[in-house]
Amino acid sequence: MNAVLRYVPLLIVAAAWEAASRLGLVSSLALPPLSDVIASWIDLLRDGDLLTNAGPSLYRLAAGLALAILVGALLGLGMAWWKPVNVVLAPVVEIFYPLPKSALIPVTAIWLGFGDGSKILLIFLGCMIPVTIAAFNGARGCDRMLLWSARSMGASRLRVLWDVVLPGAMPELLNGIRTAIALSFILLVSSELIVAQRGFGYLIGSLGANGSYEAMYAVVFTVAFLGFAVDRLYQMLVQRVLIWRL
Amino acid sequence: MAALEHLPVQEAMSLRALRASMRFGTRVASVVALVLVWQAISDSGIVTAFQLPSFTRVLARIWDDAVAGDLWVNTAVTLYRALIGFAIASVGGIALGMAMSRLKLVHWFFDPLISVGFPMPKIAFLPVIILWLGVYDTSKITMVVFDAVFPVIAATIIAIDGVERELLWSARNMGANEREILWQVVLPAASPQIMTGLQVALPLSLIVAVVTEMLMGGYGLGGAMITASRFANSPGVFAGIVEIAIVGYALVKIMSLIRHRLLIWHPEAHEPSTV
Repeated sequence: MNAVLRYVPLLIVAAAWEAASRLGLVSSLALPPLSDVIASWIDLLRDGDLLTNAGPSLYRLAAGLALAILVGALLGLGMAWWKPVNVVLAPVVEIFYPLPKSALIPVTAIWLGFGDGSKILLIFLGCMIPVTIAAFNGARGCDRMLLWSARSMGASRLRVLWDVVLPGAMPELLNGIRTAIALSFILLVSSELIVAQRGFGYLIGSLGANGSYEAMYAVVFTVAFLGFAVDRLYQMLVQRVLIWRL
Repeated sequence: MAALEHLPVQEAMSLRALRASMRFGTRVASVVALVLVWQAISDSGIVTAFQLPSFTRVLARIWDDAVAGDLWVNTAVTLYRALIGFAIASVGGIALGMAMSRLKLVHWFFDPLISVGFPMPKIAFLPVIILWLGVYDTSKITMVVFDAVFPVIAATIIAIDGVERELLWSARNMGANEREILWQVVLPAASPQIMTGLQVALPLSLIVAVVTEMLMGGYGLGGAMITASRFANSPGVFAGIVEIAIVGYALVKIMSLIRHRLLIWHPEAHEPSTV
């Protein structure tokens, strides 16, 4: 009951939307009624447009994120654990950290064309830096006492890295991955809106260009709720993973 | 005795200065190294000049843009959009966050909207915003505000909830009214975390400003980059990357200087900074 009450404001906004366009307060071209948007969402799902474009988008997202998390975490841990790695990489990370990642869209298109490769590279490059910084800070912040005890009990350096540093860095690392997930959706959609022949962004662009605005709204909200759902699922997963900390 | 007491302080000061200059030195060295690697790769012929134009050509292109004046116009336009959007998002986000943490009704209404809206990729709404507001400044700035406001609201709420009860009780005990408590106790105590929210929102503003310019074309650093890319002008694209990187770096640095300056009274100013 409480959960239902909590989300009442969302229903109010939805009702206001429906009413505003049904009563003609705003042009139904600019804001088609919510019920029409839902109807065209069902149409899109039925004729397969949504699913055929969801496939490439999800593939790009998953591949780019997986690479970013793997390489980013390794780099961050490496920087925290071996001084020379830090000396070489820290300034590079510092230079690329404030770069607005969207500036990479044309460059990845020059390198790998307009297909899957350029989007995966873009998501990989853009999302790697937050993961690297999180892994680095997490590993640096882990408890010295634990490190010393593990070392004095005869654990090898690699063993300490795996059994002490990595778990210690986990909370911060998982937080960095959450930032990376949010960023990956931004990069995916904007690169697909700019250059793509398939994917959610492409579908939004082409529906908008055809003037089928109900369908465009349907896809926009699909992407938005997908981003929301992935974030929620991730948070649930993180709570499972970090249960040993409580 | 007096001289001895001075010594550690002076020593610490000079050590800090030495460390700062060393850090600056390694930073410059690594930028130079990066540029040298770039130049070496493009000279070696492993990649074509289209894939990676040499650094000197990109530099020449930036110089041409600067002489012709395009560089300054584009930078100014992009900064204008990003910073106006950031300013609106900051003021609006802090105000809404404050209202939400003080008024139950406001909190009830906005809390689910924000928890759903924060993780959404807002950039997907861009075609909708274009439909409503056209392709000029208004729609770009709206998009920046829409994206940048969520981290500010979230940080403000967390910051105000985290203010120590003892501070509030003492202030109330000494006869402060609600208004004084808000301005003189709650806001200063919450300001470090609010600043952190702003530091998240600022780079986001620049990312969104650049994306919207790329999608709609026209003036601005993003617009110039996408035009260059349409004409397969790769030095133009790489010049854009360098320009946007410098602008982004400058904004992030200025923001952390402002933080240091504003929070000079806070204990965090005396801790060694990590990043």
